[in-house]
Amino acid sequence: MITKSMEGEGARAAWLSGVKQALPIVMGYLPVGAAFGVLAHKTGLSALETVLMSLLVYAGSAQLIAVAMFAAGMPPVSIVATTFVVNLRHLLMTASLTPGLKEWRQWQLGLFAYQVTDETFALHSARFARGETDRTTGFAINVTAHAAWVLASGLGYLAGAGIPDVRPLGLDYALPAMFIALLTMQVRNGLHVFVAGFTGLAAMALIQAGADRFSVIIATIAGATFGAGVESWMKRQSS
Amino acid sequence: MDEAAVLLTIVGMTLVTYAPRVAPVLLLASRALPGPVVRWLSYVPTAVLSAMLFPSLLLPAGGLDLGLDNIFLWAALPAFLLAWKTRSFFGTVALGMGLVAAGRWLLG
Repeated sequence: MITKSMEGEGARAAWLSGVKQALPIVMGYLPVGAAFGVLAHKTGLSALETVLMSLLVYAGSAQLIAVAMFAAGMPPVSIVATTFVVNLRHLLMTASLTPGLKEWRQWQLGLFAYQVTDETFALHSARFARGETDRTTGFAINVTAHAAWVLASGLGYLAGAGIPDVRPLGLDYALPAMFIALLTMQVRNGLHVFVAGFTGLAAMALIQAGADRFSVIIATIAGATFGAGVESWMKRQSS
Repeated sequence: MDEAAVLLTIVGMTLVTYAPRVAPVLLLASRALPGPVVRWLSYVPTAVLSAMLFPSLLLPAGGLDLGLDNIFLWAALPAFLLAWKTRSFFGTVALGMGLVAAGRWLLG
């Protein structure tokens, strides 16, 4: 009896901790999700389609691109193909999270992976690096962030064209600022600083060269290879 | 707009988004990965965050912008400093947003 109620309390604390940790993501998702909702409304999607896309696809940049492509009258095949290319980067993200997902059941992995976005990934990888791999907290973060995304899309849709400009509040800086905090927490030594600089430059060069849809995935592969290569080389030098 | 085409597109987008998210965890999570793979994956978070962040700071409109009116870039410097000194997630987000809001107000 006592153990059971303590377990319940522990689960509640773990859940609350996840909700709390997800709040910066919520702050970032509200303006971006609302922007998506407004654009979907202007493009002529129905409220149901808008909310359904946020619920099922759940990928900010791809959804914004898709709405623009709908507006341009592009065929479904090209929208789906573009979505695939733009979201392929998540493959690297969930792959890098796997060491923190040991002993999870298949269905738990399947559910968890569904809600891995750029932002939840960044938060989880910072948690896993600290050794915090609690499952309940992980799911609480994911569900809170996803709920905020869906809610913001719906509200944006309802507000339609009447939505006030979010720029004076600096809300459009919530996600870059979050990436700044998460990147800083990932950097553990000088080599990480070099990897960050190398990858950032590579991504910018790719964008300038016109490969903006592939920039994140190609730059990430190059940057991780650079980091792992230099690390192996330094180990060989010192041994 | 053709309702059926929109719904079909949404279903297609869902499948091609979920597949790359779920494939690695289903294939990799249950087995021990070789050392070089683990080492490579350990650099992915730093790399992928940099690949997303730096272009948004330095190429806000597609071209390199080091001008004083590029608020995203200049707000990042104190934000990095605060994140490094305090490790505070909330503090960094609040400072970044506050600086961008203030910068826009000052620049009119």
